[in-house]
Amino acid sequence: MGFPHKPHPKETVVLSQYFGDPEARSYAGWVKRGGYTALKTALGMPPAGVTDLVKESGLRGRGGAGFPTGMKWSFMPKQKTKPHYLCCNADESEPGTFKDREIMRWTPHALIEGCAIAMHAIQAEVGYIYIRGEFTEPIRIMQAALDEAYKERVLGPNALGSGKPLDLYVHRGAGAYICGEETALMNSIEGKRGNPRIRPPFPAQVGVFGMPTTVNNVETITAVVHIVNRGPAWYKGLALGNPKSTGTKLFSVCGHVARPGNYEVTAGFPLRDLIYDMAGLRPGRTLKAVQPGGSSVPIINREEAEACLLDYEGCVAVNTMLGSGGLIVYDDTADMVYQVMRLAKFYAHESCAQCTQCREGTGWTVRILERILAGKGKMEDLALLEDLGEQMTGKTICVLSDSCAAPVVSAMQRFRPEFEAYITGARKPALALA
Amino acid sequence: MKTTGAYQPVFTGPRRAQLDALLARYPTKRAALLPALWLVQDAHGWVSDESMVEVADTLGLTPAYVKGVVTFYTMYHQHPVGRHFIQICTTTPCNLCGAEGVVEAFLKHTGCTELGATSPDGRFTVVEVECLGACGFVTPVLVDEDFVEGVTAEQVPELLRRYP
Repeated sequence: MGFPHKPHPKETVVLSQYFGDPEARSYAGWVKRGGYTALKTALGMPPAGVTDLVKESGLRGRGGAGFPTGMKWSFMPKQKTKPHYLCCNADESEPGTFKDREIMRWTPHALIEGCAIAMHAIQAEVGYIYIRGEFTEPIRIMQAALDEAYKERVLGPNALGSGKPLDLYVHRGAGAYICGEETALMNSIEGKRGNPRIRPPFPAQVGVFGMPTTVNNVETITAVVHIVNRGPAWYKGLALGNPKSTGTKLFSVCGHVARPGNYEVTAGFPLRDLIYDMAGLRPGRTLKAVQPGGSSVPIINREEAEACLLDYEGCVAVNTMLGSGGLIVYDDTADMVYQVMRLAKFYAHESCAQCTQCREGTGWTVRILERILAGKGKMEDLALLEDLGEQMTGKTICVLSDSCAAPVVSAMQRFRPEFEAYITGARKPALALA
Repeated sequence: MKTTGAYQPVFTGPRRAQLDALLARYPTKRAALLPALWLVQDAHGWVSDESMVEVADTLGLTPAYVKGVVTFYTMYHQHPVGRHFIQICTTTPCNLCGAEGVVEAFLKHTGCTELGATSPDGRFTVVEVECLGACGFVTPVLVDEDFVEGVTAEQVPELLRRYP
């Protein structure tokens, strides 16, 4: 199970080239496929030179925020006066997203190579790959690959004969979505509760263990390997929509589709092609709604989805966000009221409970939506949900609270008659209140 | 929290060596807390108050601090669970594809009366879990440390037979 599909002709296969090829998992197999040449090239360059390369490529963070990666690296102190750290964010927990899992399962050495290049660029000697606790298989595979990398002296006191130490470890999470937020992730590595920290100070100044730190997503770090090997101009040339979003992006397509899975396409690829031609709707069904960037982004309707180009700017143009690239597809059978209640339940469960707006707001959202679904809602509840959504947006330490409000409010704007039908009794209750 | 005489310490012999190797990875002892709790759960099947005291003593923390961390992370069991711990994803993408039916099948075939409960024979505990991160392979189910993809309600009896 979980064996990836053969690439669709419309895919641009870079990161996913060896998905499904078990030989690529081993050190020998990775080297045979050109592995660790990028690291060798990078170690022969000054750290700032590697950062410039990534800046030129236009690579932006693939974890959700889309921040330019090279710029993030350049925020690290140039004069090293204390230890620097790299944290690789493999806490992939955003509902709808399952791309980092496949990178780790099939090409663990690509991730190790990318981490080592990033560590050289930011002058870090120690790095942690923070993998969510539920990912038992990726944890085993990454640990085995790290053991091999140490044995082959890619890592260790004299990494690849460079005379520099590079140490990389897996740190296993223990079941907390919020630890994918970069400051919560650092707290979790330090042995603390995964509460996000107030910024500033930013991680590049005060990060894990109080030291300068860079946090990058798995897909971002893996893309660096290809940028070093093939040059920033090649990567920058991969852009269909606009020059601000470059390279390829893995999209995890799930929900109401015939062929769910990961699809790698060039930035700016039309969403309609991805859903209609590649993942495909189920027979006889029509598209109703999509969340293109995981469960945290606004829900868009069919018209918006058909006009959407899959890059950072293209998603904003249709009132949503690219996020992590986890596409949740809803067809005409989906009950949008029930589904946003289920999403809100996720956020209520995962709130770290530091901020009032989030701790209380996520729970209220669930209770109001459950009341509506039970046929006990009032028309005022819709205004209440909108008001609540406003109070939950932009007011907390991290964006978990915003992520709960976004799908609920956007669904109410687009599918209001469905909410009203439960309130007026035109639709039978979907659940009974306890 | 006090330890009773019956408590079997975790950090002796090979597990102590494992912990020492983990401690070398971090600049602080506290950073080994999550890995240390995983070792405890591996040894005892859950994280008791007594083991929290042992972890606290070993890492130079207070038992209250350790409990604060244990209660934050959902994967640490704060009470004994069945021989096999089953976690079924029911978050939106799985829900869209019928995960609720898979949950019902697990409850029916394990004999667990409700979610979170352990079957009368002590063999299974079944819980719903929030997003397992395998939304393209519905319904993903985590049985102990085995990540099983694409589970359907019909497959549940056969799957359970693998976990005596």
